[in-house]
Amino acid sequence: MWQSLYAELKDKGFMVVAVAEESRGADHARPWIEQAKSEYWQLIDTEHRLEDLYNLSNVPQAIWIDEQGRIVRPPETAGSTDHFRRMDLKTRTMTPEDQAGRLAARQAYFDAVRDWVNTGKHALPADDARARLPKVTPRIAEARTRFRLGVWLRAHGSTAEGDRQMNEASTLHPESWSMWRQAADLDEVGKASGPDFWKRVQALGERPYYPPPKL
Amino acid sequence: MTKILTPADQFEVATRDGLWMSAADALRVTGFALKPEGMCRDEICVPMSAGSVKGAEIDVEAFWKKLGGPVIASDAGDVWALGAPADERNAALEGLQAPDFTLPDIDGTPRSLSELRGRKVFVATWASW
Repeated sequence: MWQSLYAELKDKGFMVVAVAEESRGADHARPWIEQAKSEYWQLIDTEHRLEDLYNLSNVPQAIWIDEQGRIVRPPETAGSTDHFRRMDLKTRTMTPEDQAGRLAARQAYFDAVRDWVNTGKHALPADDARARLPKVTPRIAEARTRFRLGVWLRAHGSTAEGDRQMNEASTLHPESWSMWRQAADLDEVGKASGPDFWKRVQALGERPYYPPPKL
Repeated sequence: MTKILTPADQFEVATRDGLWMSAADALRVTGFALKPEGMCRDEICVPMSAGSVKGAEIDVEAFWKKLGGPVIASDAGDVWALGAPADERNAALEGLQAPDFTLPDIDGTPRSLSELRGRKVFVATWASW
């Protein structure tokens, strides 16, 4: 997804690190990675370690890090939009207007990354960056711990107990789509975007699934 | 042996009565060393109550909870997960220094964010699901 941007900007001191939040492991992610034909890093995060470290809650989310290793934009939606919520579920298609809107939002995000690399634009002052950080609560910390245990248990044959831990994780941190969808996917490939997923999305009401980045 | 999962690692440790273990194992698992003033890492010391230290053995469950981190055990008590305390995560992020991580690439080669210092780095997640 990021290859064209990377190819354009790599000689300007720019790097992309794509991280697959993929508890089924590298072989499950491989077809997508091979199809991407990317030259940047493609890393595999079976335990969702990055989500723990950076307090992430959905994919795709991106973090911008400057030359000194400082966060200049905290986690935010990386190029995706909520247009999919109006999709016709029978035909799996969007209206031309929604398709155009989705493309324009993605383009605007790509442009922002390009501007950052070329001019430093969109890098937030420290106070603004800090103010936008999602806070880790004790419930979220416990949810991540149960998720970690659940992934391990599932990978080592304790399917029912692993499921239970992952369900408890989602109950403790219902805003995390990653935990819920990963658990659904481990249960059965495809379930993460099945009827239960759509029910959860509908239950959001006016709230966003992909909060738009404030560029 | 008991399996202990920490946020960035995992260990096999000899334990008894929950997570009682030797000070040497506690150091390996938590990064904190037992000293007269408590469990210490760098300049930080967490005082330990009399009930959670016996000679050179430590109740790591009690210690970790005192640190503010979640402790979750499997039903059989053979696998334990120690989670990062919420305050620790928030403090690290609020410092705005990007937390380092090491993850394998598709061929299993470990890659660390810190190798990329000096470049602008765009870290983006994705998933097949």
